[in-house]
Amino acid sequence: MGMTMTQKILAAHAGLDQVKAGQLIRAKLDEVLGNDITTPVAINEFNKAGFTSVFDRTRVNIVLDHFVPNKDIKSAQQSKQCREFANKYDILNFFDVGQMGIEHALLPEQGIVTAGDCIIGADSHTCTYGAVGAFSTGVGSTDLAAGIATGECWFKVPSAIRFVLKGQLRPNVSGKDVILSIIGQIGVDGALYKSMEFTGPGVASLTMDDRLCICNMAIEAGAKNGIFPVDEITTEYLTGRSQREWTVYAADEDAEYEQTIEIDLSALVPTVSYPHLPENTHPASEGKDIAIDQVVIGSCTNGRLSDMEAAYNILKGKHIAKGVRGIIIPATMAIYKECIRRGWTEAFIDAGCIVSTPTCGPCLGGYMGILAEGERCVSTTNRNFVGRMGHVESEVYLASPATAAASALTGHITDPTTL
Amino acid sequence: MNAHGIVHKYPDNVDTDVIIPARYLNTPNAQELARHCMEDIDADFTTRVKPGDIMVAGWNFGCGSSREHAPLAIKTAGVSCVIAKTFARIFYRNAINIGLPILECEAASDAIAAGDEVSVDFDTGVITNLTKNETYQAEPFPSFIQEIISKGGLMNSLKG
Repeated sequence: MGMTMTQKILAAHAGLDQVKAGQLIRAKLDEVLGNDITTPVAINEFNKAGFTSVFDRTRVNIVLDHFVPNKDIKSAQQSKQCREFANKYDILNFFDVGQMGIEHALLPEQGIVTAGDCIIGADSHTCTYGAVGAFSTGVGSTDLAAGIATGECWFKVPSAIRFVLKGQLRPNVSGKDVILSIIGQIGVDGALYKSMEFTGPGVASLTMDDRLCICNMAIEAGAKNGIFPVDEITTEYLTGRSQREWTVYAADEDAEYEQTIEIDLSALVPTVSYPHLPENTHPASEGKDIAIDQVVIGSCTNGRLSDMEAAYNILKGKHIAKGVRGIIIPATMAIYKECIRRGWTEAFIDAGCIVSTPTCGPCLGGYMGILAEGERCVSTTNRNFVGRMGHVESEVYLASPATAAASALTGHITDPTTL
Repeated sequence: MNAHGIVHKYPDNVDTDVIIPARYLNTPNAQELARHCMEDIDADFTTRVKPGDIMVAGWNFGCGSSREHAPLAIKTAGVSCVIAKTFARIFYRNAINIGLPILECEAASDAIAAGDEVSVDFDTGVITNLTKNETYQAEPFPSFIQEIISKGGLMNSLKG
């Protein structure tokens, strides 16, 4: 029986010719990743277990991004612990303030993750790297500690759902609308423990930023990973960027899928997930009565250059509505700099927004944009759980950068295609 | 290995943000985390919970963030076992890796109510509701997971 793309990558990294869904394997890891919240817990486990070396100092990635520049003394202590560990073991890819970016924007941008890789990260959105044709999944800190020490991880080989994409997205509809629509269709546990494999003729029309966004939120459907085939767009993205040679894996023609779901990209509309689950999706056009207090454009989901461009195209020469706070966060220093170079940062400020250096801050209610009781935010982030961005009585509406920017202008949820 | 305690009942899709809100993730200290466990959906959980108590929930328990702080906060608060219809996959791994026993059992999740007295036999997967005098059968841990738990978690099991 044939294997899915994910199963082929796992088999190769386990040194096996064949794996099947449900099989337990131990696989070699190409990269491991932690951040300033999850790495301290991993370091404590690493030390407790008595390890004194890392499996490969060039394959361990530590990115300080959640609470940096540090918001308080405790988070500064956590960053300090990461910094000291990185120094002690001479970790090559340690990203501190000044070089850091939001991890899942930074690692692909720097060419650290590449096609055919097997990657774990102690951050649930590690599934992002499926966009470049890698198997990549989120784990906890203990798995990270074991990965740092041994360069291996155990996995249960997942079954898969195949999403056959057809057609092409309309203007102001993006990867975010694709993944929110899919989660709305299958639910927050619709792909629990499984791979989401995206295929079909529509793939060719999706940019790398769209694919990164789509794979990023695979976890929001409960998936183990999301993955795109390696095509010309992938090759173009990786060329001159990937720090290592890459390997192309493709699903077998007779691969077994638990389910096949067809998605007509041309039929998708700007979509918003209402509180308090990402599956609670509605067309943005139905949100006219929902007044908002804040808009956040950024995060590992939507802080990339094309996201900034979508916001710029809507906000340039205009001003956000009275009473709305606009927070824009380019996800890496390179994107931040490019926004300045292109004059977008000035346009955002003139539109009444603030522009921050990279941080995960507001997405998880960490800092920078915490919501008060009863406040509502349209956010390009990935979760709208109770209390996610602040007070338990506050509300987060998940949307694309275009929808968020359009909503900032009007002060209520707005379909960007109607502007 | 067994668990025995009073049940705290929760709905479907309990996410890691409500198990331990991110505003408290500026420390890896388990005792500090435990003091805020469940506070956004069950404000007085930490004052009610007694050592050995059991959590029972619906589908997709522990969805969302990969924070290992979530099972750590539950375990440190004194909970001896979590029973749910399903668990989100990262939470499932994390719970095993830090030694918090978890069981998937739809029948138990449907039948057990808040306040019931329940015991669990991890070797057989039998869940006994002492209040209602009922039993439910869960799948016991596969052997490789039993080995991780019996050695006190993943890191200890790696030491051989």
